[in-house]
Amino acid sequence: MGRGRFGQFGGQYVPETLMNELLRLEEAYEYYKKDPDFCAELDSLMKNYAGRPSRLYYAEKMTQELGGAKVYLKREDLNHTGAHKINNCLGQVLLAKKMGKTRVIAETGAGQHGVATATVAALLGMECEIFMGAVDCERQALNVYRMELLGAKVHPVQSGTKVLKDAVNETMREWAGRVDDTHYVLGSVMGPHPFPTIVRDFQAVISQEARQQILEAEGRLPAAVVACVGGGSNAIGAFYHFIPDEGVKLIGCEAAGRGIETGQHAATIAKGSLGVFHGMKSYFCQNEYGQIDEVYSISAGLDYPGIGPEHAWLHETGRAQYVPVTDEEAVEAFEYLARTEGIICAIESAHAVAHVLRLAPQLPKEESVIVCLSGRGDKDVAAIARYRGVDIHD
Amino acid sequence: MTERKGEDTAMKSVRTVRDAFAGGKAFIPFITAGDPCIEKTEEFILAMEAAGADMIEIGIPFSDPIAEGVVIQEADLRALRSGTTTDAIFEMVGRLREKTDMPLVFMGYLNPVFHYGYERFFRRCEEVGISGIILPDLPFEEKGECAEIAAAHGVDVISMIAPTSQERIRSIAQEACGFLYVVSSMGVTGMRSEIRTDLAGILDAIREATDLPAAVGFGINTPEQAARIGALADGVIVGSAIVKIVAEHGEDAAPYITNYVSGMKKALRGIK
Repeated sequence: MGRGRFGQFGGQYVPETLMNELLRLEEAYEYYKKDPDFCAELDSLMKNYAGRPSRLYYAEKMTQELGGAKVYLKREDLNHTGAHKINNCLGQVLLAKKMGKTRVIAETGAGQHGVATATVAALLGMECEIFMGAVDCERQALNVYRMELLGAKVHPVQSGTKVLKDAVNETMREWAGRVDDTHYVLGSVMGPHPFPTIVRDFQAVISQEARQQILEAEGRLPAAVVACVGGGSNAIGAFYHFIPDEGVKLIGCEAAGRGIETGQHAATIAKGSLGVFHGMKSYFCQNEYGQIDEVYSISAGLDYPGIGPEHAWLHETGRAQYVPVTDEEAVEAFEYLARTEGIICAIESAHAVAHVLRLAPQLPKEESVIVCLSGRGDKDVAAIARYRGVDIHD
Repeated sequence: MTERKGEDTAMKSVRTVRDAFAGGKAFIPFITAGDPCIEKTEEFILAMEAAGADMIEIGIPFSDPIAEGVVIQEADLRALRSGTTTDAIFEMVGRLREKTDMPLVFMGYLNPVFHYGYERFFRRCEEVGISGIILPDLPFEEKGECAEIAAAHGVDVISMIAPTSQERIRSIAQEACGFLYVVSSMGVTGMRSEIRTDLAGILDAIREATDLPAAVGFGINTPEQAARIGALADGVIVGSAIVKIVAEHGEDAAPYITNYVSGMKKALRGIK
């Protein structure tokens, strides 16, 4: 069995052309993560540039309305660029620079990871090219322009189904063609080893802070931590430091789209099966011959047919549970949070909020739950209006 | 082919990877199974054999072929749209075996093989006389996935060597079986006007580590390139150029494929 396993999941299923580069990346990461200068530089960027630590906000009004456990929101939406994605990008682009790379490439779905990568590339003086499905480019034209403002070149991906999985395919192809000066800033806890570990470590700051913050606020650990899961980077970040705390339930919310029985969803754990794709062994939505399915979600950030290998392992061992949340439930939660707390969150994060709306009332008042608000929802306003049949022109 | 029929005798009666390299420089064309339909693939394979191909790589189409350039990507999607399944490909190879004993290998991505079940997949390979498989997303480190099961059914899992392999060449080559697939260029499959990799250096390193034959693929298109690479390597693999002929001529592609393959084989004849 190869390297980088979480139980049977993970591994390095990539073309030989990329193997030496992955080994070099692992070696560099193992070195720099213990290097005091690298750590100090990253800490400073996290604090002064990204705005960390992010707040753990007690949603008092929501708590009273739900009448159960106290609801705390981990406000990753308040980070620079408006999502948790910046945590990983700061780490990886800084690492790439230390490795002597001068160019970074990345995939993006809705554009959040692309924007975060372009942002850090601009800051650290790296050349940046982003691969985004042609369909997503059209749906998120604003983010395309945002990346261009930041100095990145955006390539609309015309292959396959022209969405996120195709953007990952194309970025891997690009990387296999040019590794000498180029680092692939993978945006989630997926892909070949060492990416699932590197991205998890850079996102683990979420639970490191949240654990300390909840202990300060409540004097005890929460009953549950809830986060949305596409590839799973904000979820693994929110879970990680709570994994040893066995009393804390870890709950990932998958996109059930129009319903997991409709075939139009991205609920990998609920409906997927074991497979090997995008460099990793994990669960994937696929047909009886192992062809990868087209998936669907109102949320472009959760519209991915796989899940990170560490999540697959947390599922298999029972340490975390994964629940499906439909478009309709997520949109209702999106509207609820705006109305109740005055916070417009990302439609991805609204999947986690939706589950908390079900969960909190079932728990006693002295308990608390943390929900990771992974991003802000400005990017989604037009889509929600469309979903509700409201005609707006932005 | 012997007159005995039956699945258990298939492996004994067909020629294997080794035989492909026995008669001088091997020409190894690739074709995507099911493009434009599985019946035509059968016809194209027989046409390529008649035109001088020494072994044929049959591509199992995959929805997301990350090592392929746009020509083979599109062929895979056409094949999947035409309803091509792993079972249909095995049945097609079974029908071919009534007509030819030529060496045949598969080229495909790991997930369809994994999903079919390694034991079931390689047993079917043995039954229909597939003697090797190229899995571009199964590097040396992950060979343990299926190499043993494949070997138990007489199927060679072919190892690949890339321009970036460097010090890995030795360990890969020492544990290889069948032949070594040398990737000529960085990036994905597809026709290139120029190949700048130091192939001679890579092939020397391979020969220091193993006696297995080494064939070069990725980017080769013209008889001139084939002759130049054939002078260094034991065989030449061509994919995109042939798949492009199929894309252009569809069901009527056989004579064009024949013409192309005989031109390429001619360029390799007589090279020592």
